Amino acid sequence: MLSETDILALWTTLKLAGLTTIILLLLGTPLAWWLAHSRFRYKVIVEALVALPLILPPTVLGFYLLIMLGPNGPLGPLMQSLGIQSLAFTFTGLVIGSVFYSLPFVVQPLQNAFAAIGRRPLEVAATLRARPMDQFFSVVLPLARPGYITAAVLGFAHTVGEFGVVLMIGGNIPGETQVLSIAIYDHVEALEYGQAHVLSGGLLLLSFILLLTVYTLNRRYRLTST
Amino acid sequence: MTIEAQLHLKRDNFTLDAMFCVPSHGITALFGPSGCGKTTLLRAIAGLEKETRGRFVIGDTVWQDETRCLPTHQRELGYVFQEASLFEHLSVRQNLEYGLKRLPVETPRFDFDQAVTLLDLAALLPRQPARLSGGERQRVAIARALLSSPQLLLMDEPLAALDQQRKREILPFFARLHSELDIPMLYVSHAADEVARLADHLVLLNDGRVQASGPIAEMLTRADLPLAHDHDAAAIIEATVSGHDTQFGLTQLTFPGGQLSVPQPGSGSGLPIGQAVRLRVLARDVSLTLKQQTGTSILNIVPVTITALNAENAENVIQPTAQLLVQLDVNGVPLLARITRKSAMALALESGKAVFAQIKAIALLD
Repeated sequence: MLSETDILALWTTLKLAGLTTIILLLLGTPLAWWLAHSRFRYKVIVEALVALPLILPPTVLGFYLLIMLGPNGPLGPLMQSLGIQSLAFTFTGLVIGSVFYSLPFVVQPLQNAFAAIGRRPLEVAATLRARPMDQFFSVVLPLARPGYITAAVLGFAHTVGEFGVVLMIGGNIPGETQVLSIAIYDHVEALEYGQAHVLSGGLLLLSFILLLTVYTLNRRYRLTST
Repeated sequence: MTIEAQLHLKRDNFTLDAMFCVPSHGITALFGPSGCGKTTLLRAIAGLEKETRGRFVIGDTVWQDETRCLPTHQRELGYVFQEASLFEHLSVRQNLEYGLKRLPVETPRFDFDQAVTLLDLAALLPRQPARLSGGERQRVAIARALLSSPQLLLMDEPLAALDQQRKREILPFFARLHSELDIPMLYVSHAADEVARLADHLVLLNDGRVQASGPIAEMLTRADLPLAHDHDAAAIIEATVSGHDTQFGLTQLTFPGGQLSVPQPGSGSGLPIGQAVRLRVLARDVSLTLKQQTGTSILNIVPVTITALNAENAENVIQPTAQLLVQLDVNGVPLLARITRKSAMALALESGKAVFAQIKAIALLD
């Protein structure tokens, strides 16, 4: 039912979404923490920048990333000193693009979770001899669990659904940068509606199941903790 | 051994500039009206207000001075917040063990079972915090603070968020902490009755500054402090149970100034002989006579010496008010009486004069 390129596209998509989600959770945690707790006056600018991918046409994001990551971009000399010609049209470039593209979907749920927890549990932990890192891992992380589940699933699902950014900076190289959404587009262009149906239906189902999981888990968590 | 504080903290609309020195045993109340900086002071002592400058020393341990400032997790303290901040993701037992597990190996530990017994928590151990009542949560929070084996317990209005019934449920536990443990406590409160009941020392705060500090009995009766001019102004008497009058259901008490009788509290056989109790005598329940009265229904009459007469001047009122606050001394124990200026004139009361105080009501505090 699935052709070999379709399976390759599926694998590339899952690899891309998984890797992007992991990177975003690691980068998003300190960023969201800072956004939730900082009293920095110009914090709102950073907040707006983080939210930008929510409304920006993906092609715009892709276009600028293409320039940034290309051999003549501002990062060109740095990349060349590392022995990299160009990150455009590579899987690595795609991951970088996806991290920007899905950033708000990970940062915002985490930021909301941290803000809802507030400083009090940290202060309590400190009065009970917990060091700052210990406070975070023993108190904040478990309390922010629903936020992390939401962030991970939204980040993953949103990356799976990526199209415009991939098209601009990834191109359509099977096994490297060809993801499902692009494969579907190819099938439709070639009037292969049958295969387009299989992939589209699969993505529809996957997205629904993921969201169902988030809502079920978060509901259960709320029910047990109140 | 003393607790010595000298702490400064500047905020946009508030400045804390607190200096006090109290003995490092018993309960010291940080008392004052809402917004006077009590909680901020307590947080500064705990190291939770990062911009605090100054000095805090307990015994020979320096928590903060000009050259260093220990972060909160290195201060050997127990902190009970106004609303019990239990970790919702942990069971009661895990909450109790949180601080215990993080103590350095060589630290002497407060016994887990003793804390559980002291605060009557055995039945609650497997439960989640969400399933506890307000009073139960606060008891867990207190036990959790004890189990981190603190050098100093900091309590931020631990009863404020509870209703009257829950308060009555918890107060005996504080009395137990006080009598059974040797951990000094700083107790923030704006409720005069709580302070009269629990505190040994009082630090009086007003607008971010320490107005006065000293032993509770003295602080409550000082005419230069607002406490003695309150509508519910009262003196505290420490007494011991010396006998029971079963025929009339009275408990006899001895204090340095003599004997007192109060109705036996509650039901049952009454308090054990020798038990220390604290009494509260409201200034408005004390009247003065020149000679010892007979033929009066008042049971408690003690000889006293007048130490001072103070006009109860309301602010911005030039005309003297109708009432006077009379400070009395009963063999070293201070007492207050509120009488009319007219009566004082009629009896020719003056400082140094020996008279009799008739006490209409005495409240047994614990």
